Amino acid sequence: MLDGVTVLALAAYAVPFFWQLLTSFKPEAELLRLPPLLPSRVTLDHYRVVLEQSLIPQALVNSLGIGALTTALALGLGLPAAYALARVAVPGAGALLLAIVASTAFPQIATVSPLYLILRSLDLRDTWTGLVLVHTSFALPLTIWLLTGFIREIPIEAEEAAAVDGAGLLGVLRWVVVPMLAPGLASTALLTFLFSWNEFLFAYTFTASEASRTVPVALALFPGVYEVPWGDIAAASMLASLPPVLIVVGLQRYLVRGLLAGSLRE
Amino acid sequence: MSSDGRRARRLGALMVTPTLIALGVLTVFPGIWVLWLSLQHRLPIFGVSRFAGLDNYAFLARDPRFWSAASTTAVFTLASVALELGLGLAAALALSRQRGGRRVALSLLLLAWAMPTVVTAKLFEWLFHPTAGLVNVLLGGSALNWLGDPRLALPAVILADVWRTMPFVALLCYARLLTIPAELYEAARVDGAGPLAMLGRITLPLLGRILLLALLFRTLDALRAFDVMFVLTGGGPAGATETLTVYAYRSLFQMLQLGFGSAIGVVVFVLVMAVAWAYLRLGRSTWMAA
Repeated sequence: MLDGVTVLALAAYAVPFFWQLLTSFKPEAELLRLPPLLPSRVTLDHYRVVLEQSLIPQALVNSLGIGALTTALALGLGLPAAYALARVAVPGAGALLLAIVASTAFPQIATVSPLYLILRSLDLRDTWTGLVLVHTSFALPLTIWLLTGFIREIPIEAEEAAAVDGAGLLGVLRWVVVPMLAPGLASTALLTFLFSWNEFLFAYTFTASEASRTVPVALALFPGVYEVPWGDIAAASMLASLPPVLIVVGLQRYLVRGLLAGSLRE
Repeated sequence: MSSDGRRARRLGALMVTPTLIALGVLTVFPGIWVLWLSLQHRLPIFGVSRFAGLDNYAFLARDPRFWSAASTTAVFTLASVALELGLGLAAALALSRQRGGRRVALSLLLLAWAMPTVVTAKLFEWLFHPTAGLVNVLLGGSALNWLGDPRLALPAVILADVWRTMPFVALLCYARLLTIPAELYEAARVDGAGPLAMLGRITLPLLGRILLLALLFRTLDALRAFDVMFVLTGGGPAGATETLTVYAYRSLFQMLQLGFGSAIGVVVFVLVMAVAWAYLRLGRSTWMAA
């Protein structure tokens, strides 16, 4: 049974989503006329404009590429580090982990000016490489924090047994840890990708053209000739939300696991 | 055996080294360099770059725009965090009592959290449209200019932020609620406890830790918030929604005062670290325990 509060809360979330979806299919002439709430007919014009005449398609490609590369780099660096911090006797591991976690609290607005100078001197402004590097600055600590916890949840006996059988550390990692860690790796990868996909401040600062502009930047800069093109913006918003929607609907279990792992762990 | 231990330690160090180098270059170095930058007059387009000592900070202390941004940041942080915790807790309690529809509700909440903030900002810009916005229609055809009125703009931005981040708090609390054994409530009911007593004596105390953690995360994020006001209002109208982050950004990349803007960034940095430190001092370090 649904009570009043719950219905109200659901409406507060469902209605804005639905409204934006509706707007993306509404004929231009009816956008600024209210009521009626519902359009007289459904049009694909806004999607056509966005896909054929805007920078959004290229931005989608950029965001996908930068998100995937950031995730790969963060996992590639973070997995060995997390394993070492969780299982191997690294001197000062506790303090190191604390420092790594604390670095996720660094405000981007404070590091944006030095990073700007670094990227400028390396000629990496407006490139995928530049954005992947700065996104790694927040993705890597997140990855290590999540993975360290997931690794500690794996029973250590399996690793010890493999070590007794003569497997080296890398063999144990490859044949024992990674397979058992698969769900945790998936959660970590999803969150990392999502944060890169959504990131705005760095992407807005370090990009200058369609060569590297990500979806949030392209959406924020969406051009209007005389008036704000609300229908086109709504359509572009829908496209920008596609990966988050797919993740929330299709991979919710992994998303929630990752989201809770960093917080609920005692 | 001891040579094995040494080998393992060396291998461990080797596995951590690439990460340390990456974070050193991408986080630690910028974190230190920004302090140095904030002590300089630096106007890249004019080729000006000289040491200025604490001039930038001295200017900030007398800068009315800085104090206005600081108070906007304070109001934004206090209001949005309080609302997020209150509403998030309420949503979690409602959700845990629900029989059907949990999955739909969770998906809706998660979606709001997982969407790019820029999308949320554009969504709310459209909802707040003076003539064609759903908010005014639902208010019975009022003509409030939400984002154009200096008195309404900050509440509007706070509303958008609460909508976007309340689900995070709700999910944390909901997950914790699921772990409270039903027998606890049964026993309390047998002892004659009413719903309010159970909320106050069982639920809230058990949620205490997680609420404290949500408070930390949300406060840090609210202090650092940038996207939502930058896209929704650009800090306007008349600076009504200009937080420290927006002021810092404008100084850095629109007025091109790299030193001065960095000084504002350092202030945000110090605020964030002070909050994190206060939390650690509370002795409930979930970070450390993990």
